[in-house]
Amino acid sequence: MSDQIDEGLRGELQKQGIWVTSMQDLYNWGRKNSIWPLQFGLACCAIEMIATAAAKYDLARFGGEVFRPSPRQADLMIVAGTVTKKMAPQVVRLYNQMPDPKYVIAMGACAISGGPFKQGYNVLKGVDRFIPVDVYIPGCPPRPEALLHAFMELQNKIDGQKLTGAGKADHLQEAKPSEFPVPAFGAHDLQPPANPDLFRPEPLERA
Amino acid sequence: MNPDPYFFLIIFCGVALGFPLAPLALAWMWRRFFQPPKPGVLKNATYECGIESLGEARVQFRSQYYLYCIIFLIFDVEAVFLIPFAVAFTGLPVGAFVAILVFLLLLVEGLVWAWGKGCLDWAEVRRG
Repeated sequence: MSDQIDEGLRGELQKQGIWVTSMQDLYNWGRKNSIWPLQFGLACCAIEMIATAAAKYDLARFGGEVFRPSPRQADLMIVAGTVTKKMAPQVVRLYNQMPDPKYVIAMGACAISGGPFKQGYNVLKGVDRFIPVDVYIPGCPPRPEALLHAFMELQNKIDGQKLTGAGKADHLQEAKPSEFPVPAFGAHDLQPPANPDLFRPEPLERA
Repeated sequence: MNPDPYFFLIIFCGVALGFPLAPLALAWMWRRFFQPPKPGVLKNATYECGIESLGEARVQFRSQYYLYCIIFLIFDVEAVFLIPFAVAFTGLPVGAFVAILVFLLLLVEGLVWAWGKGCLDWAEVRRG
């Protein structure tokens, strides 16, 4: 609730060596600088993700270098690559097992929409059909800079989340779900093909 | 007046209790006032690899490999005893020589017994 503290007063106090903050700012500051991603890659985007975490691009500068091999310890799921229909139930299940608050970055054309394999019979046309995505990165694959940009966008989002009040963050609201139904790998398609509560694409209007 | 020399133990116990309890209390308060817990079937599931587990965890394995390991271990230890025996062989008195022979005999007897029992048969063949 930084809007309740006068910025000028805060600056004056800082000059005197007194640092004033609010619970919400402190909470979000801590969270946005220690985003631990879940360590898994699905396709070639994962190579870019690895490069982002490695020395040259160094995701550690943003506090996100701690790739966790267990969903129980992860805050962020980077869906890096093509989600096949056979893999989708596993991805959703892993997302469900992550503790709140949790975020998702859909990395690359495949994770957003199916990408070059959109016409394929076995590729999920966008991971947002089953899990809520916070940041989408286009690209095939996106460069590490793009992933860093997505990471910074996610940090901005976390920084803006409210701790109290009506518009508070989803994970603080009792009614918002933390788990989403896992689709079954059916004979011809996933059952259901999309989560109707989550996936509501705007209808295409042809001119 | 000097404080009791054991007074630091009380301080130590207090810190040792407070150090873990304070974060736990903070976490409890955070849960109580801000973040409602949202447990779920999958979130509480035992396995976290994404794949649903099939069947039961209580699977029976054949004990054959275990038997092989045990027999190998015995002869492994025997080799350890035989090397100093071989090195000191020329200077040994008769008593020591007989002792190591008895030791070898016991092991060979064990091997014969295990062989006879069919422990060395890897396949399903069992001798009656």
